[in-house]
Amino acid sequence: MLIGPNGSGKSTLLRTLAGYIRPAEGHVRWCRQTAGEKEISESSEVSEVCHFVGHLDGIKTHLTAFENLQFWSEYLGAGDGGADIEAALERFSLDALATIPAGYLSAGQKRRLGLARLLVAPRPIWLLDEPTVSLDAASTDVLAGVINEHLKGGGITVAATHIPMHIEPLATLRLGVVAPEATA
Amino acid sequence: MTAFFALLKRDLLLAVRQGGALGTALGFYMLVVTLLPLGLGADMNLLSRIAPGVLWIALLLAALLSLGRIFSSDYEDGTLDILATGTLPMELVVTSKSLAHWLSTGIPLALMAPILGLLLNLDLDAYPVLVATMLLGTPAVSFIGAVGAALTLRTYRGGLLIALLVLPLYVPTLIFGMAAVNGLLGVSGTSSALLILGALSLASVVLCPLAAAAALRLQMQ
Repeated sequence: MLIGPNGSGKSTLLRTLAGYIRPAEGHVRWCRQTAGEKEISESSEVSEVCHFVGHLDGIKTHLTAFENLQFWSEYLGAGDGGADIEAALERFSLDALATIPAGYLSAGQKRRLGLARLLVAPRPIWLLDEPTVSLDAASTDVLAGVINEHLKGGGITVAATHIPMHIEPLATLRLGVVAPEATA
Repeated sequence: MTAFFALLKRDLLLAVRQGGALGTALGFYMLVVTLLPLGLGADMNLLSRIAPGVLWIALLLAALLSLGRIFSSDYEDGTLDILATGTLPMELVVTSKSLAHWLSTGIPLALMAPILGLLLNLDLDAYPVLVATMLLGTPAVSFIGAVGAALTLRTYRGGLLIALLVLPLYVPTLIFGMAAVNGLLGVSGTSSALLILGALSLASVVLCPLAAAAALRLQMQ
């Protein structure tokens, strides 16, 4: 969990992790630990194993909710057999809106559609930049549930947020804090 | 490869659903060519002499109108960020999107040229060669245009800038396109000009995605 005031570098950190910004120093690496032996991958591959959810949802207004997800499932999934598209829509209670062009959805519904992308293509690392923006309380709980399941399955989530979410286990990185114990 | 075709399919579907880009390009093409005889007067010989050149230049200008949309709509709604996290390299993303642009704009423009040729009293023998040069040349138009679109992605109102960047790069395509048409009308060899035109298109299909992908990576920082 990334916490910090506006402009403290939460998005920049997430975008660096996702590989959009080249770090001035150092590398972004991800290691997969399998029964004691460690494989270390280069930073370029982080972008191939992560989901990035930014301020924009990446939704095409002229496609229906279902078609949007179907495209992402085909594009990102690479045949890994992700969750069913209908199941993902149902999880974020969008199943009734599946055949409606995404342009007619409200901001919160678009957000949920953007988040449903996390479910249709299984990827170990989730980078979420203020995922709760324009979500109501119920949807925030759904999102927290989805993140918890992801963590239980051995995944990693790095989320920048201003709203407390019920997520376990939780590690917090405070950015922009001028104090001796600041880890940034 | 699934990702490549998924992206291509989505872009073509969007082009059909939105329709705006193609409609604007075709409408612009038609208007420019229609206005020309009105401005020049009804000198049939003059019109038929300049027809191939007019059709080619108007096609380039019409294609320019739609170039900006190749990446800008995906950039604005955040799709481009997510496309970059796919397993597909950025170069192939560019290839797929440029190919979609060619299929959805380049080919319709090329096929509209013979209809507009009627307005300009185009020599009957020139029709097949003109369409052939356009079908061979428009891939270069789309792929070179993609580089311009990628470079001007974050520029406010980048449309004019694209024209300045890209039009000079269309010069070889235009020259050899015209050479092929004129060859038939009795100046020099048509087939060699067509071959060079094809080579230009193939070279741009290979090289332009590299340049455009590099530009996109910079723009996303």
